Amino acid sequence: MRTSTAILSALAIGSAAAAYWTLTKPQTWTEEETRLVLSLGLASLPPLPADPSNAVADGPDAASLGKALFFDTRLSANGTVSCGTCHLPERQFQDDLPRAKGVGETARRTMPIAGTAYSPWLFWDGRKDSQWAQALGPLESAVEHGTDRAYIAHLIGVHYADQYAALFGPLPTLDAVPDHAGPNGFGTVLDDWLALDDIQKDAINRVFANVGKAIAAYERTITPQPSRFDAYVDRLAAGEDTSGILSGQEEDGLRLFVGKGECTKCHNGPLMTDNFFHNTGVAAVPGLPDDVGRSLAVDQVLADPFNCLGPYSDAEPGDCAELKFLGKAGHEMIRAYKPPSLRGVASRPPYMHAGQIATLGEVLFHYNTAPAAPDGHSELAPLNLNSAELAALEAFLGALDPIAKEVQR
Amino acid sequence: MSNLITRRRLFWSVPVALLAVGGIAVAKMMQPPPADLDLSLAKSTDQGLYTVSVEPGLSPISVGTMHGWVVQISTRDSKPVDHARIAVDGGMPQHGHGLPTEPQVSADLGEGRYQVEGMKFNMPGWWVVNLSVDGPDGPDTVTFNLVL
Ligand code: HEC
Ligand code: HEC
Ligand SMILES: [Cu+2]
Repeated sequence: MRTSTAILSALAIGSAAAAYWTLTKPQTWTEEETRLVLSLGLASLPPLPADPSNAVADGPDAASLGKALFFDTRLSANGTVSCGTCHLPERQFQDDLPRAKGVGETARRTMPIAGTAYSPWLFWDGRKDSQWAQALGPLESAVEHGTDRAYIAHLIGVHYADQYAALFGPLPTLDAVPDHAGPNGFGTVLDDWLALDDIQKDAINRVFANVGKAIAAYERTITPQPSRFDAYVDRLAAGEDTSGILSGQEEDGLRLFVGKGECTKCHNGPLMTDNFFHNTGVAAVPGLPDDVGRSLAVDQVLADPFNCLGPYSDAEPGDCAELKFLGKAGHEMIRAYKPPSLRGVASRPPYMHAGQIATLGEVLFHYNTAPAAPDGHSELAPLNLNSAELAALEAFLGALDPIAKEVQR
Repeated sequence: MSNLITRRRLFWSVPVALLAVGGIAVAKMMQPPPADLDLSLAKSTDQGLYTVSVEPGLSPISVGTMHGWVVQISTRDSKPVDHARIAVDGGMPQHGHGLPTEPQVSADLGEGRYQVEGMKFNMPGWWVVNLSVDGPDGPDTVTFNLVL
């Protein structure tokens, strides 16, 4: 009895001392930690990769047309929804909602856009392989813009004919094409699409693809912005004094992020995503249709006529390595999603693909306990971090917020 | 419908159980790669039928970058092996997962050299790359280790 009390108090003193030590010790990084920390800084971000599938990707005129289209609510069934309705520039190009609201309500959360030019796969499940192909999805989604490609092609003819022609050549004559027609529509919209001949379909598809390419040219200009963490990394890389940039608690969190927390397994590189797909055991939302994540998306992206190898892509087949060598969907891909970039994450709750988790504290609780996946198998194992460690990780994530106050548009 | 789901659940229950056991290993995993890892890029195959050397097209290999490898195969008596069939797979032994891509041989370069495309490693840590080689002396395998 007495011995066990003694042991207990010795343990208590020991852990208090350990806690004190973590809070006050000077931060020194091992070689391995330094390597990982530097790899996360924006200074390690390579120049924007070329998008050979989009011939206008880097054109300023395409970007200005794309920007106009991005914020134009006429591109919707009810005249009130644009890309910018859900991707708000002043909110890191997302909307702070668990599920997005367009013409209807989506089953997934709006994703931020900064840095997506670096992503080989777009959407939570990666069912698109370029920014331009991605942009076509919401336009024809019944719950987002609620339109169809014939409607969009007509609209370009009415409002953007000159800008379009200057970039892509003259618009096709679409007099014989009904106001609404598209393969993803319902009822007469679908029937009217099926009634078009191949030349008409191809002409509409081409205008539609070019709309996506202009929007993508604009999205390429939306880039991740420097954070306090990046300032810290720059000093560390230069061998300069890093004190005063991150608090001791934030530094502790960074050490956990690259170490015991194992976050860099999936959140690696300067964008803090490995651009692959992982089942992390996030709960399904009751009442929503089954969501199997990447396991469905592999076939979708391979079958997409707007993919890198398709007829509307400007790429040579040799440019499409991601698509050609993509990993097929096995059991590992059930409910697997793309890890979001963690830049700016602290100031944009809620979290996860359908907004399942409300706060960062709860996200870290999720990682600490690693619940079983509702379907498939979670890659996580419990971390068993104590509350000081969890608080440190949370503090570190806060240091990833952009420093600049002005909004990138 | 529900019948289908039950059957699917049953079908997966065995691999899931295996993975769950693997999960215990995963929990203790934040270990560094084994210290005695053989990192050489030229090796004899497991049965000793061939010598295989690999030359990654990226040096050093960086996390997340798609790239190609050149694979050179020769017989025990150092003759280049042409027209071999090569299959590539791999993964992270400490994490229990495979490669994020499905690399393939894209060209037979002649003189026992082959171009492999689609190599990508999406996490830092210890990776293995397994090559199955089927040539004139029969099938054999070889494993290369990488630490990123
Ligand atoms: C109704 C809200 C809404 C509208 C309107 C909308 N989006 Fe989105 N966006 C979302 C949601 C939700 C997701 C994730 C959907 C998914 O994974 O299935 C998303 C995903 C994305 C992504 C993927 C980011 C990544 O990291 O993979 C991009 C890029 C994007 N949207 C751009 C656009 C563009 C361009 C438009 C206009 C043509 C647009 N969005 C219109 C809600 C919206
Ligand atoms: C096995 C891969 C993996 C590991 C390890 C991992 N994450 Fe994640 N992370 C993901 C994926 C995948 C998602 C999105 C999951 C979803 O929506 O279902 C995610 C989502 C998040 C989010 C929410 C972001 C958002 O915008 O919704 C945060 C925050 C986060 N992770 C932080 C961390 C931290 C901190 C660690 C280390 C303790 C960590 N992650 C470890 C893969 C991982
Ligand atoms: Cu791994």
